[in-house]
Amino acid sequence: MTPLSALLLRDMRLAVRVGGGALMGVLFFLLVVTLTPFAIGPDLALLQRIGPAILWLGALLASLLALDRLFAADHEDGSLDLLLMGSAPLELAVLAKALAHWITTSLPLVIATPLLGLFLNLDAFAIGAVALTLLAGTPALTGIGLIGAALSVALRRGGLLLPVLVLPLTVPVLIFGVAASNAAIIGPAGFGAPFMILCALTLGSLVIGPFAAAAALRHGLE
Amino acid sequence: MVNGAALPPPWRLTRNLVMALIDLANPTRFLALTQRVLPFLAGATALAFAVGLTLAWLAPDDYQQGATVRIMFIHVPNAWLAMAVWAVMTIASLGTLVWRHPLADVAAKAAAPLGAAFTFLALVTGSLWGRPMWGTYWVWDARLTSVLVLFLMYLGVIALWRTVEDPARAGRAAAVLTLVGAINLPIIKFSVDWWNTLHQPASIVRAGGPTIALSILTPLLVMALAFLLLFVALHLAAMRNEILRRRVRAMWLMQAHAAQGA
Repeated sequence: MTPLSALLLRDMRLAVRVGGGALMGVLFFLLVVTLTPFAIGPDLALLQRIGPAILWLGALLASLLALDRLFAADHEDGSLDLLLMGSAPLELAVLAKALAHWITTSLPLVIATPLLGLFLNLDAFAIGAVALTLLAGTPALTGIGLIGAALSVALRRGGLLLPVLVLPLTVPVLIFGVAASNAAIIGPAGFGAPFMILCALTLGSLVIGPFAAAAALRHGLE
Repeated sequence: MVNGAALPPPWRLTRNLVMALIDLANPTRFLALTQRVLPFLAGATALAFAVGLTLAWLAPDDYQQGATVRIMFIHVPNAWLAMAVWAVMTIASLGTLVWRHPLADVAAKAAAPLGAAFTFLALVTGSLWGRPMWGTYWVWDARLTSVLVLFLMYLGVIALWRTVEDPARAGRAAAVLTLVGAINLPIIKFSVDWWNTLHQPASIVRAGGPTIALSILTPLLVMALAFLLLFVALHLAAMRNEILRRRVRAMWLMQAHAAQGA
């Protein structure tokens, strides 16, 4: 077993155990999607029109909240220093942690989307479209969130700094994710362009995120 | 050590510039130089503003927009500077991370609030211009949205500076964030070309040259120069303040350490 796959499995196991907080993201997602009709009102037609946007916002916020535990636990018990000194390139180690984070936090969000789509009166095709865009877009959110998590790793009272840093960078992902969902619902002709750009954002952030996060970890922990 | 006099002129100039940058890395020398330079810079800024505002006052009305076109003489330079300051911060961040220049993070920290102020002014003057022209204070088109995101990123960098206590560590973290955020600059510049926006397309920095009449372009360029001189003057003054602030902090730390040891 290579070091990177060992790191991946370790992170996934830790996330699922008690104190890992893996399924807390799904719970928060459920709460946000449940709160929105209380604020907007039970008008089903309106909820159907803005359903993809609510699901995307909920997924964005839920994946954001789980980000601070990406590096914090390792920083506290010293394993982050071992990673920095280890033989595996730090960028790939960070990518392995990000993959574990995505599998345990964001993938459950995508799986929970059909149920929550029912709350928002979305039909099957719309649910499928939103789930597909979430599947393509949540890795981008993880990749961008890596940067904020690495920058705020050593802060004890970081508080809202992580969302403040990460949210402006996730705006394009949100825009194109919702655009792709709405395009799929209105008529499949316009789906391709925003979806391609969403995939491009994901691929780009999966490269830039680990490099920036590794640089932030190296410089921030000196 | 390379003998400077033996180099041909282009390389000699480069070498002199590099040596100047290295000399200025000494904070004391930097403080001495800026103390001499700042009064002249302030004077030049005031002069440029005087000339620019006079030219703006004398500029002809636009045939379509009338007198409200004069908001452009404030809005456009602020928007240019909003992006230019982030570019300055990006170069300073490279200085911190790549070349380890001692004053690079001071430059970045001093520039961030100035850039945020210019972005805010660009958004506000643009909004005030939009009300008579477009009928709305705000629209979510590509240019306005990307500039708003730039403003939020400025605030994020300032927040990062204020959250990490050690200035050197804060500088490196802010440098990484600034480099990541630099991707927004080409998006802002080309947003009016890539998307169908309410904001007008590029009319000055474009292939084929400017499309503005010279009688309006000249005051605009003079005002841009005036705002640029304002930024340089304020930036150097803010860098001086930051250097002095860090010295005060070092003295506090030494005092606390001495009191602890006593």
